[in-house]
Amino acid sequence: MTAAVTAGAPRRGQGGRRHRALPAWLLGLIGLAGLVAVVELAPRAGLVDARYLPPFSQMVSALAEQAATAEFWQALLETLRGWAIGLSIAMVAGVALGILIGGIPLVRAALNSTIEFLRPIPSVALIPLAVLLFGTDMRSTLLLVVYASFWQVLVQVLYGVRDVDPVARETARSYRFRPLTQVRTVIWPTALPYVMTGFRLGAAVALILEITGELIIGSPGLGKQIAVAQTSGAVASMYALVIVVGLIGVVVNVIARATERRALRWHPSIRREVSS
Amino acid sequence: MDAGRKILLLLAVPVLLIAAWWAATAGSTNFFWPPLAQIAGTFGETWFTGRFTADVLPSLARLLVGYLAAVVLGVGLGTAIGSSRTLRGLLEPVLEFFRAIPSPVLVPILMLFAGIGNEMKVLVIVSGCVWPVLLNTVEGVRALDEVLRDTARCYRLRRRSRLIHLVLRGASPQIAAGARQALSIGIILMVISEMFAASNGVGFTIIQFQRSFAIPQMWTGIIMLGLIGIVLSLIFRVVEARLLSWYTGLRMSQREG
Repeated sequence: MTAAVTAGAPRRGQGGRRHRALPAWLLGLIGLAGLVAVVELAPRAGLVDARYLPPFSQMVSALAEQAATAEFWQALLETLRGWAIGLSIAMVAGVALGILIGGIPLVRAALNSTIEFLRPIPSVALIPLAVLLFGTDMRSTLLLVVYASFWQVLVQVLYGVRDVDPVARETARSYRFRPLTQVRTVIWPTALPYVMTGFRLGAAVALILEITGELIIGSPGLGKQIAVAQTSGAVASMYALVIVVGLIGVVVNVIARATERRALRWHPSIRREVSS
Repeated sequence: MDAGRKILLLLAVPVLLIAAWWAATAGSTNFFWPPLAQIAGTFGETWFTGRFTADVLPSLARLLVGYLAAVVLGVGLGTAIGSSRTLRGLLEPVLEFFRAIPSPVLVPILMLFAGIGNEMKVLVIVSGCVWPVLLNTVEGVRALDEVLRDTARCYRLRRRSRLIHLVLRGASPQIAAGARQALSIGIILMVISEMFAASNGVGFTIIQFQRSFAIPQMWTGIIMLGLIGIVLSLIFRVVEARLLSWYTGLRMSQREG
C-alpha cells in the first residue's frame, strides 16, 4: 500500500509536467471530445430528459438521415446563397458609400448623427415590413441580411477613411491626382484593414440574420428546416441542423479570417505576426 | 456661431430625411406605406394607452435580467478561462463552436427545456449575450500587461485585490467592447423570442399588428423598436464613459505624448 503510493508520487509529478506541455490542438481536441461525451452520456444517465436532449449518437444518425435527402442540400444551398448575395450587396454598398461619405468632410459631418441614429435600430424590427413586402420569399430575408451587415461594413470603412495620413492626402492633392487615383493609391490601402474587419464582422452578422429570417419568416433554408423539425417534434434532427448551422458559422469565421490575412499580407500588422 | 454650425450639421440631415418621408407619403393611398402623419398620430394611442406597461416594460425587464446575468456569467467564466492556459486550450474550440451558432436557433431548443414563459426568453437572451462578453474577457485577461502583473506579484497583492484592481480593471476596455456587442444581440433576441412564442412583449405586439394588417400600428412598432435600440445604446455609452473614463484619459495622454 505504502509502496504503491511512493511509487505513484513521482510518476504523478512527471505526468503533471507533461500535461502542461500538451500542445494547444490536442487540448482543444480533448475539450471537444469532452463536450461530445457529456452530450452522449448526460441523457443516457438520465441527468437530462432524453426527449429534450437526445444522445449525441442519435443526433449524428439524424444528421446522416438528413444528409441523404435532397431537401437538406437544397436548404443548405439556399442558406449559403442568401448569405453570399446579402453580404456582397452590403460590402459593395458599404465600401462605396463609406469612401464617398468619408472622403468629403462636410458630408461626413452632416451624416454622422443620422448614421449613429440608424445603426442601433435592431434589424429584426424590419421583419414585419419585409413579410408584408415580399412574403416568405427569400427577398424578405435578404432585406434583413443586407440591412444588418451594411452598417458593420459602413462604420468600419468610415473609420478607415478617417485614418488616412493627412500628409499623404495633401501630397496626392498637390500632385493633382484624379479623385479615382487618390482613392486607389491613398485611401484604399489605408482603409483596407478596416474594410476587412468590416467584412469579418459583416459575414458573421449576415449569417445570423439569414438564419433568423428563415426561422421567423419561413423563407427557404436551414432555419426553416429547424423550425419544421421543431414543430414536428423531430428533436434529434433539430439538434443535427443546429450543429450544421454552427459548423457553417465556424467555417465562415475561418474563411473570413483567412481572407483578411491574405488581403493584408503586405500590411505591417500581419507581417509582424507571421515573422514572429 | 460654431455651436450653431454644429447643431445645424447634427440636425440637418435627419430633419431633411423625415421631411422627405413625410412629403413622399403625404397623400399616400398605398396600403403598405401609410402617410407619416397618420403613423405619428397613431403612435401615442398605440403605445401609451396601457401597452407601454403591458408590453414594453416586460420586454425590457427580461432584456435587463438576461443581459446582466450574461455579463456576470461571461466576466466570471472569462476571467477563469483567461487566467489558465490549460483551461483556455481545452475550451477554445468548444467556445468557437458555440459562438458560431447563430443565437436565434437556440430559441426552439430552449423552448423544449423552459416552455414559452419568461424563463425561456431570459435564457435565450443569456445564452446569446454571454459569448461576446466571455470571449472578449478571455482576450482582455490574456493581454494584461506583463509588467503590471509582475508588479502586483512583487507587492504581494492579495488574490482578491489582484483580481479587482489588476485583472478586471485591466480587462475592462475589452469587456466593455464585448458588452456592447452583447447589447445589440440581446435586443435582437428579446424581439425574436417574443415573435416566436409569447403572450406579451414588443415583438409579439408587432407581429400581431402585421398579421392583422394594422399597418400604421405596425409602423409605430418598428419606430418603437428603433427608439428602444437608440435609447439603450445611449445609456450604454453614458455608463461606459463613466466606468472607463480612466482609460479614455490614458489613451488620450498616450496619443499626445
